[in-house]
Amino acid sequence: MAIDVNGKSYETDEEGYLVNLADWNEDVGAVLAQSEGVAMTEQHWEVVNFLRDYYNEFQIAPAVRVLTKAIGKKLGPEKGNSQYLYELFPYGPAKQACKIAGLPKPTGCI
Amino acid sequence: MTIKKFMFVNRKAPYGTVYALESLEVVLIAAAFEQDVSLAFLDDGVYQLKKGHSTKGIEMKAFEKTYGALDDYDVSKLYVDEESLAARGLTVDDLCVPVETMSRAALGKLIEDQDVVLSF
Amino acid sequence: MLNIVNKSPLDRGSLDSCLQAADGGAVLLIEDGVYGATRGSVGEAKLKAAAGKFKLYALAPDAEARGIADRMTDGVTMVDYGGFVDLVAEYKTCQSWL
Repeated sequence: MAIDVNGKSYETDEEGYLVNLADWNEDVGAVLAQSEGVAMTEQHWEVVNFLRDYYNEFQIAPAVRVLTKAIGKKLGPEKGNSQYLYELFPYGPAKQACKIAGLPKPTGCI
Repeated sequence: MTIKKFMFVNRKAPYGTVYALESLEVVLIAAAFEQDVSLAFLDDGVYQLKKGHSTKGIEMKAFEKTYGALDDYDVSKLYVDEESLAARGLTVDDLCVPVETMSRAALGKLIEDQDVVLSF
Repeated sequence: MLNIVNKSPLDRGSLDSCLQAADGGAVLLIEDGVYGATRGSVGEAKLKAAAGKFKLYALAPDAEARGIADRMTDGVTMVDYGGFVDLVAEYKTCQSWL
């Protein structure tokens, strides 16, 4: 499978996750968000960028419990809770936000 | 869900075989299910924690960094066999995360004390 | 003969077999074999003892990946992939001690 962004084709897997991490940029993220039916706001990008930083540091996409805790530590408790994150990404913050961030499916996410 | 004591026994060097990476992935899955996870490193498994992996030349993921995320997963029980370290000219200062070192015999007792033992 | 060892000496006996059986030439350590050349390890002593009989090499990208490039023992020459190819070309035969 593949998605088209600005006339360029990017390979995705059968679940719509970007195959090559390095392919990602904000335009690619926006198209991936569209396919998820997520209207991106500043709050959405904050989570997506957090995930990309986390991946760069630890080489994994965190499970949702870990993501929630880590966001709470960095961005404060009003953001580090599952209600806030599920409002932004109703089909699962780890799963949807990871996809938009161009990361693989979170480890421990079945 | 009943919480069980899971021990992952790591005895292989990283990169040469896929055991180390596979172990780490299962560790994260078990931890995501909020189990009581601990990790043992002995024999060439201690090389997994040697700091300073730079894998660009062999085009593999440097998963040494991922051991740093274990704390976020509430996995903080990492046990290392001191005899295995010594045989390889290593000390705890060479390792990328905080660990508890112990003798092989003490490690064996810890393994005995688990509900589930997974061998890699 | 170029002898290639890709197993850790503390996990398998392939370095021992190579050093005892092979009749000179070069030994190239690759993959987990590079652990054999780390200072303070059991492999180091074995390589030192065999240094008169063999030219010793280790593959740098494998040592770097494992975080041990800065603690390789003296007397072992580091080579990159190009150097690996040169060694294969230089020797008439090649034995991998798998």
